[in-house]
Amino acid sequence: MAWQAFKVLLSHWRRRPVQLAMLLLGLALATALWSAVQAINGEARASYARAAAVLGQDRLDALARADGGRFPQSEFIALSKAGWRVTPVLEGEKRFGPERLRIIGIDPLTLPPAAAQVDVMRDDIGLLSFITPPGILLVSGETAERLRGVVTPPLRINDTLPPGTALTDIGIAQSLLEAPGEVSRLMIWPEQLSALPPLDAVAPDLIRRAPVIESDLSRLTDSFHLNLTAFGLLAFAVGLFIVHSAIGLAFEQRRPVFRTLRSLGVPLRMLVFLLGAELLSFSILAGLAGVALGYGVAWALLPDVAASLEGLYGAEVAGTLTIRPSVWGLGLAIAVAGTMVSAGTRLWRIATMPLLAPARPRAWSLASERALRLQALGGAALLGVSALLVTAGTGLVAGFIMLGAMLLGAALLLPLVLSLFLKLGGRAAKGVVVQWFWADTRQQLPGLSLALMALLLALAANAGVGTMVESFRLTFVGWLDQRLASELYVTTRSLEESGKVRSWLETRSDAVLPIWHADVQLVGQPVQIYGVTDHTTYRDHWPLLEAVPDVWGLVVRGEGALANEQLARRGGLGLGDQVNLPGGRSMAIAGVFSDYGNPKGQLIIGNHLLDELYPDASRLRYAVRVAPQKVPELAADLRTTFGLPQGNVVDQAAVKAFSLRIFERTFAVTAALNVLTLGVAALAIFASLLTLAGMRLSQLAPAWAMGLTLGNLAGLEILRSVALAAFTFVAAIPVGLALAWILLAVINVEAFGWRLPMHVFPLEWLRLFVLAVASAIIAALLPALHLMRLAPARLLKVFADER
Amino acid sequence: MLLELRNVSKSYPTGEGKLPVLRGVSLMLEAGESLALTGESGSGKSTLLHLAGGLDQPDTGEVLVDGRDIARLGDKDLAAYRRSTVGLVFQQFNLIPSIDVAANLAFQARLAGRYDAAWNATLADRLGLSKFLSRFPEQLSGGQQQRVAIGRALAVKPRLILADEPTGNLDEETGDAVLDLMLSLQVEAGAALLMVTHSLRLAGRMQRRLHLSGGRLS
Repeated sequence: MAWQAFKVLLSHWRRRPVQLAMLLLGLALATALWSAVQAINGEARASYARAAAVLGQDRLDALARADGGRFPQSEFIALSKAGWRVTPVLEGEKRFGPERLRIIGIDPLTLPPAAAQVDVMRDDIGLLSFITPPGILLVSGETAERLRGVVTPPLRINDTLPPGTALTDIGIAQSLLEAPGEVSRLMIWPEQLSALPPLDAVAPDLIRRAPVIESDLSRLTDSFHLNLTAFGLLAFAVGLFIVHSAIGLAFEQRRPVFRTLRSLGVPLRMLVFLLGAELLSFSILAGLAGVALGYGVAWALLPDVAASLEGLYGAEVAGTLTIRPSVWGLGLAIAVAGTMVSAGTRLWRIATMPLLAPARPRAWSLASERALRLQALGGAALLGVSALLVTAGTGLVAGFIMLGAMLLGAALLLPLVLSLFLKLGGRAAKGVVVQWFWADTRQQLPGLSLALMALLLALAANAGVGTMVESFRLTFVGWLDQRLASELYVTTRSLEESGKVRSWLETRSDAVLPIWHADVQLVGQPVQIYGVTDHTTYRDHWPLLEAVPDVWGLVVRGEGALANEQLARRGGLGLGDQVNLPGGRSMAIAGVFSDYGNPKGQLIIGNHLLDELYPDASRLRYAVRVAPQKVPELAADLRTTFGLPQGNVVDQAAVKAFSLRIFERTFAVTAALNVLTLGVAALAIFASLLTLAGMRLSQLAPAWAMGLTLGNLAGLEILRSVALAAFTFVAAIPVGLALAWILLAVINVEAFGWRLPMHVFPLEWLRLFVLAVASAIIAALLPALHLMRLAPARLLKVFADER
Repeated sequence: MLLELRNVSKSYPTGEGKLPVLRGVSLMLEAGESLALTGESGSGKSTLLHLAGGLDQPDTGEVLVDGRDIARLGDKDLAAYRRSTVGLVFQQFNLIPSIDVAANLAFQARLAGRYDAAWNATLADRLGLSKFLSRFPEQLSGGQQQRVAIGRALAVKPRLILADEPTGNLDEETGDAVLDLMLSLQVEAGAALLMVTHSLRLAGRMQRRLHLSGGRLS
């Protein structure tokens, strides 16, 4: 009996393949976008985990300086002599041509087994080659590929290493990083001799650190991945509108069948079970297709995401995708859960439906005014929650709740707002056809409201994210012009060369501004301290957000420091606040500057103070002020005189172009997700119009019989779709602006540590309007063409069927 | 002659080939005349009505209205013919659900550019709809809805009223009342009436009666 009943239920879909396709496509697309985000996040997190696991950092304790700075190798010797089993590690960054590598120097002879990531005794490496110049750099295959053609020590491939990381002997690393006799940390063997002298007695300057379970990168990038996840969820929600609509329609269309089956003896429980089984099989089928599609989307987006992560956080992410069971599992689970949530109320209605309940094939579309008002009330309440969080909420999660409540609230309010628009349109209409058009459009609203809510979300997301990106672009370009005021940027390869280049440049340019910095730990985070000299370039151009009077005088005299916005926000630092610099100096914050795109905190002090406090600071880079027309010649001379590679002498335009390229790639992912979400919304409208089309015949046939041509009716159908999309667009703009404000003023501040001014771009709205109208036309075109080509016999059936 | 069907044949495609519905039917209807068309289910009554109304086209033969063959008209002209010349009344009323009774009553007349407020008010009054003008079709009973449908057909002052089982959905008493009204208004408007019905009793109230069987008139 169950099988027979199941076959009857399934026969509905056989007769309505388009409806089935829409259901599966909606679910597959929703799952795809969600899974794409999960696959991307999974890949990135795996890269961070690999980075954190290098040399067993996630398992072994380490000794390091409290401020994170390097210390003399003699500490290692002292500890070893005292009986402590430790191994030295030196870590730092080094540019090889255009590529930046994280160099990790190890001592293969004292490395504990838990940290032995590579076997340097292997034939293709060899201990001697590893520890004697030029040494060997162990890198992942992907990194080796990126370094192709770049001059480096010999490379060997080891794919357990994260991208952008090179493992080498500590002696080679000291030479590459120009840190002779220095180490970054000492890793402690798990097994130690008994009766050892206390660590603070042997190495009082070092502190013992627990294993790094979660990497800095993982923490830093959490907000970025949360952003992506939020987008994935938004796309999933938009997709679910299609599913909800398709399931609702199918259930209502089958009401007579349910009634017949029950009257023929199929128990209610079995009927509900069979409907559940039917939906479960659809959701598994669509879920599998969705995850596969998601991998395709992820594959296309991953290079941009990797570029974003590197540009924003300096995080290296592998550019290849791994098939992860967790993504499949989660994708399937969310597909099934989404389907069941969409179908929950329908199943409940079937479970509680009296046997002789009348069949109401259009009941799903006849939402009462009361239901509309209730829905709007819920929407208003959600908007209230969102507004409350603006004043009372803190943190990224509160920001996302604020954003979600605002979007959902606006979506729930939409049908009522559209109904009011249409009512006003009807009142203003003069001709009979126009009056009928407005009235009929209003009547179609309940059937289309889910798709229109999906469109509202997609348009608002596009308008909001577009506003954010364009605001960012405008601010960023202006900021780059200020920040990159110097005409030429030079990176030398050694301290000796640095001195020579500086002297050489001083006679050939207007000014040579050192870009020297030390890496330290400050207010619990990695911070770069830069030194500045007294020059008008800073006074005239540096993008200060706030400052005390004579800020540059204070900084140059060593009486104040400048903090970048992210350091100020994360560390809760304001003007006049004291900050304790590693090295024992306390300094008042004299100003805060904007520093978009920098993942790290930054502090600017006088250059002589940097010299005094951090003698080991990196002193390799310079900004050169010179007349713009002299730049090409000076750059060429520099390269020839010192044999500097192309990438080490870069003019302002190249740096700007590079920064803008990073910027564009950073937002390529959100732009792609935006377009996909809009595509899903257009599909939702198409699905709704297509399913409504069949039911519309009974409403259109009388108008046709009374003298409207099928061409008139088809034109009106397209116009209706356009009008609804246009009204939805009008409603979406304030929602999009609110979304942009939340992104700029709340989410970005929490996620990246900087706040951007909001600009409005009406031309972008025009582009979006055209997109919305085009989506509406495309969605309505097929049903309209179908209507136009309808044989009179089909319309006559409307009159004949009724007997 | 207002309406003349000359040797009209019509068939519909089915899975087993073409199913002939009308086989060489000819009939004539004068202005102001009323004609009942009876016959079994599937005898082709509605098809004949649809052909006369310009809703469908014959395979062969001519459908002449005022001597003009409407079977040769294009879509636009056919629509204009339906708009201006014909008033259609269906068994299931087929009102437009999204507009109120007043708008439904005036719909076709305004579409045809023949809206006459005084005539509309008379119709509403005669049909007992004056109190319901601001209601929507779903808020009316079956009898009330059919009265709106009749009013809508008459508001355009058509020369030809085509009614397909107009009382088939109503109980006998309501059906009689609705038919009385339709006939008196038809006479007042000077329109011809072609009504399809199963009921010999109702057919007896028309001036002429024709029976359709196996696609042929008798």
